[in-house]
Amino acid sequence: MEHPATHAIPRLQVRNLNLHYGHFHALINVGMDVEDRRITALIGPSGCGKSTLLRSLNRMNDLIPGVRITGEVRIDGVDIYAPGTDVCALRARTGMVFQRPNPFPLSVYDNVVFGLRVAGVRGKETLDAAVERSLRAAWLWDNLKDNLYGSALALPLDQQQRLCVARLMAIEPEVILMDEPCSALDPIATAKIEELMLELKKQYTIIIVTHNMQQAARMSDHAGCMLLGEMIEFDGTQRMFTNPRDERTQDYISGRYG
Amino acid sequence: MRLNTETIVEKALLLVALSALMSLLLIAVFIFKEGVPFMVKVGPGAFLFSSEWEPQNGLYGIFPMIIASIWVTLGAMLVGAPLGIAGAVFLNEFVPRGVMRVVKPAIELLAGIPSVVYGFIGVMVLAPLIRAHLGGPGLSVLAAAVILGVMILPTVMSIATDAINAVPNSYREGALALGATRWQAVHMVVVKAARSGIIAGVILGMGRAIGETMAVIMVAGNAVRAPGSPLDSVRTLTANIALEMGYASGMHRQALFATGIVLFLFIMVLNSIAMAAMRTRAGGR
Ligand SMILES: Nc1ncnc2c1ncn2[C@@H]1O[C@H](COP(=O)(O)OP(=O)(O)OP(=O)(O)O)[C@@H](O)[C@H]1O
Ligand SMILES: [Mg+2]
Repeated sequence: MEHPATHAIPRLQVRNLNLHYGHFHALINVGMDVEDRRITALIGPSGCGKSTLLRSLNRMNDLIPGVRITGEVRIDGVDIYAPGTDVCALRARTGMVFQRPNPFPLSVYDNVVFGLRVAGVRGKETLDAAVERSLRAAWLWDNLKDNLYGSALALPLDQQQRLCVARLMAIEPEVILMDEPCSALDPIATAKIEELMLELKKQYTIIIVTHNMQQAARMSDHAGCMLLGEMIEFDGTQRMFTNPRDERTQDYISGRYG
Repeated sequence: MRLNTETIVEKALLLVALSALMSLLLIAVFIFKEGVPFMVKVGPGAFLFSSEWEPQNGLYGIFPMIIASIWVTLGAMLVGAPLGIAGAVFLNEFVPRGVMRVVKPAIELLAGIPSVVYGFIGVMVLAPLIRAHLGGPGLSVLAAAVILGVMILPTVMSIATDAINAVPNSYREGALALGATRWQAVHMVVVKAARSGIIAGVILGMGRAIGETMAVIMVAGNAVRAPGSPLDSVRTLTANIALEMGYASGMHRQALFATGIVLFLFIMVLNSIAMAAMRTRAGGR
């Protein structure tokens, strides 16, 4: 992938973001610009704060007692930490795919329409249409069209993970956050999810946390490398992987950290 | 030497376990041995579906008591299940962990209060209230249902709490991340995921309610007739056995054993449903 066009508008901006878990300073002055319809990868050794940063973008960290956050996260220019922000609406705009597939113990259908129902959408025709559209978008329609009322937990893992993507497609978020979405999957399933991500990129802004350097290199347009709570380098992926500015990035990419 | 003591301990434990099992088996055999010939003699129809219970005249219809037991048990469920489930949901999802650690054992302690104490409260407080405000004799289906509902609360609540506790956090996170409110996540996902455990708790609670005797004798009024309204007084199967066993003999005594069989079957069915519910995995429709 080429270095992204410089005129692209940043969809999401992080400025001076600091996060404390109690006394532990987990994010230190983090900043980044995430561009629209690009895949941005977050890399770095275990415990450096990638998941914490990702969860700050849809305010999932609010759920953890004792978390303090300062700084700015702007989506389309609007600070999501501004007082009076509707957190539920924010989370619906920033869909999240988790490390372990977590479909609800409901039918495939009920999983897909969950986000719509939560937002108050009713009407069988609307929901039916959303199910078909979302499952098609996640490449599950052919597998599941005859099994819409079967339990989601009975699906193979990779289909479960794609169902979690379909669940997001139904509510059409603006940004999709993925925290190591392939780490529970085998290589074939991983390839399928990667392919799906490249397809989704045409419509969505995607941020993915990954431990897999090849994955980051072949999938992402931009990459951020974190270390001990700091964003030590944020750049075009190709640039970062061929010619990192920071020595520590070089060390991490070439496997000198855990 | 050591090997010897171990074999002895092992054999002794086996003996204890076997004798526990044997005594249960003996009880069952004894009840059936006394009750089944009676049922055959009188005929299951005349026993189960007749409303005349006059042992001195050779009439042994327990239908009113079956109906009474069912009413009282369902009533107890109507009282105990919503309270127990709501309490479990609230404690698990909306209250800080620290509070839960205090409140849950406190509720489980309720299970240790002797049933005669519940009965006493029913007689002294609840029955007069019902008599004064709703009419009827006070000692009634309603009084029994409320008292039993409170008595089964600890059972329902602690099993439902465990079930809700066992729901993986990833479901809650998944729901919240899709824009659900706390309450939506709980009732659309968490409660559904814990459904089988919650149902099991309710059914085990019903098993307790149908088998409860002392409190029911004290508050239900013990009139032998099918209830026409929740304010009527009734006699349950358990109360019937407990009240008459003292002086019954011959056929009458056998009739009480047969009543025990009916109770036994009710409880077996409830417990099997509860066990089946616990075994089914949540999911799908
Ligand atoms: N709920 C929490 N309370 C306290 N500390 C936490 C909490 N969650 C994470 N941390 C700490 O914050 C730091 C960053 O954690 P985070 O999960 O963001 O790392 P990560 O980069 O995603 O690691 P991994 O690659 O292993 O997933 C770690 O040192 C971790 O121990
Ligand atoms: Mg992580």
